[in-house]
Amino acid sequence: MKDTSLGQMLVAAAILLVLALLPIYAAVAAQPFYLTLFTRIVILAIAAASLNLILGYGGMVSFGHAVYIGIGGYTVGILAHYGINDGYIQWPLALAISALAALVIGALSLRTRGVYFIMITLAFSQMIFYVAAGLDEFGGDDGLTIYSRSQFGPPVDLNNKTAFYYICLVVLVLCLGITWRLVNSRFGMALQGSRSNDRRMRAIGFATYRYRLVGFVIAGTMCGLAGALLANHTDFISPAMMHWTRSGDLIFMVILGGMGSLFGPVVGAIAYLMLEELLSRVTEYWQIIFGPLLILVVLFAKGGIGGLLTGQRRG
Amino acid sequence: MAEPLLQVEGLVKRFGGIVATDQLSLEVRPGEVHAIIGPNGAGKTTLIAQLTGEIRPDSGHVRFLGRDITRLPMHRRSRLGLARSFQITSIFADFTALDNVALAVQAQAGHSFRFWRDARRESELRQPALAALTQVGLGARAGDPASSLSHGEHRQLEIAMALATRPKMLLLDEPMAGMGPEESSRLVEILRGFKGSFATLLVEHDMEAVFALADRITVLVYGRVIATGTPDQVRENAEVRQAYLGEEQRGAPSHG
Repeated sequence: MKDTSLGQMLVAAAILLVLALLPIYAAVAAQPFYLTLFTRIVILAIAAASLNLILGYGGMVSFGHAVYIGIGGYTVGILAHYGINDGYIQWPLALAISALAALVIGALSLRTRGVYFIMITLAFSQMIFYVAAGLDEFGGDDGLTIYSRSQFGPPVDLNNKTAFYYICLVVLVLCLGITWRLVNSRFGMALQGSRSNDRRMRAIGFATYRYRLVGFVIAGTMCGLAGALLANHTDFISPAMMHWTRSGDLIFMVILGGMGSLFGPVVGAIAYLMLEELLSRVTEYWQIIFGPLLILVVLFAKGGIGGLLTGQRRG
Repeated sequence: MAEPLLQVEGLVKRFGGIVATDQLSLEVRPGEVHAIIGPNGAGKTTLIAQLTGEIRPDSGHVRFLGRDITRLPMHRRSRLGLARSFQITSIFADFTALDNVALAVQAQAGHSFRFWRDARRESELRQPALAALTQVGLGARAGDPASSLSHGEHRQLEIAMALATRPKMLLLDEPMAGMGPEESSRLVEILRGFKGSFATLLVEHDMEAVFALADRITVLVYGRVIATGTPDQVRENAEVRQAYLGEEQRGAPSHG
């Protein structure tokens, strides 16, 4: 499936424009809250985009993807706890540890299929969740406050909310760009072929396990970066970052926006978090409205919201 | 006589109490069309699955190009030049016809850990793919989604994908199944064109096609080979007539 239709490009351009202009709106409307909300949206869009690489393009239903948010976040938080605030140490380490975790989890999980794969990725994420909850040195269940954000030296200053927002946005655009190149490369064709028909792929000579594993590691690494950003955004880490319901949220964002389309996860993250925000203002029991809405999208808009916007439906 | 391309020796496969493959031996020579026929339940599909590596035999050997491949996994056999098409159409439905075949070309072009260049713009993938599509008569449908192709065209696409892996031998599992007479005679012509360039092992129920195409035929009953020979030899074989073709039939038998 190619994502080069005019409608899709227009939607993508419109979204990027809105995201780029948002801090100006927040400043003019004197609503700094929007900047905070959208920083969170952009960060979770990165995580959702990384999940989309394996879920949407690779057909791997990982139900433990938030664990890499946790790993990325904890790497930054723990280093900060020991006074190591250098971003050039924190972030590469967050990426490396996420990649390593994804390599181990993927190497074992990808030997299974279907519901077993879902369960084993969930099991791994629960395991790491409980490990984090047991780390009393780092606050255990209650989490850990980060007193200083990652430092990159001038001119990059993560303490400036607008600057931080734009850094997140640039990271998102880079991740989307990388995803775009990946899915259209030979590697991406192998990955998508294995989603479509893994048995056939092996019959024509692909050792699909390796490609799926590399895709899994790339996605985990990208999500770890989202974790490092999120820890800086909230100045706080806790096991809740990687609770299994967070993994569920990411899956919903991907499905809501449209699986296997480049901008789907961005649309999904915006829709999911905006709805959550708006509905929770209306009623305390906002999930009662939110749940049925998600069901409707899954049932009637197979290409997600992104598919509705561009008039495309996936089979 | 040239060295056989594929050599099967004493192959045995049991499923519980049922012997699906019973001391089966078989040879396929380079460039020939070798058909396997037999009534339902004769173990044809089980045999193909053992040749492609989907099922492991309990005993016996499979040699390809003189090399023992009995325990080689599926994708390695394909790399050696053993290509197959599936009984049930097995394609990449979300890709275009050309993408499907290009993926098969890519499978033979070394590893696919290439992360940057647009694979749909690589002429070393697209050109051989288009050539294979044209060879099976699907050149005009290259850009159409594979899911929009007709049943007969899916089979042609299957064969184009097998061709694109530059096989030394093609395993075709009932390629004519579900085809109309026009579609299947077109496929017979396409398959006839492969003679000499690589060997074809054909499992097929359409007897007209088998007797029109095959250089040699092996007849399977209850997992055993009861006869091997040219179409004429098989037609005249008394055991074959009794077991399979039916005594009353003369000349080229019809559907089995």
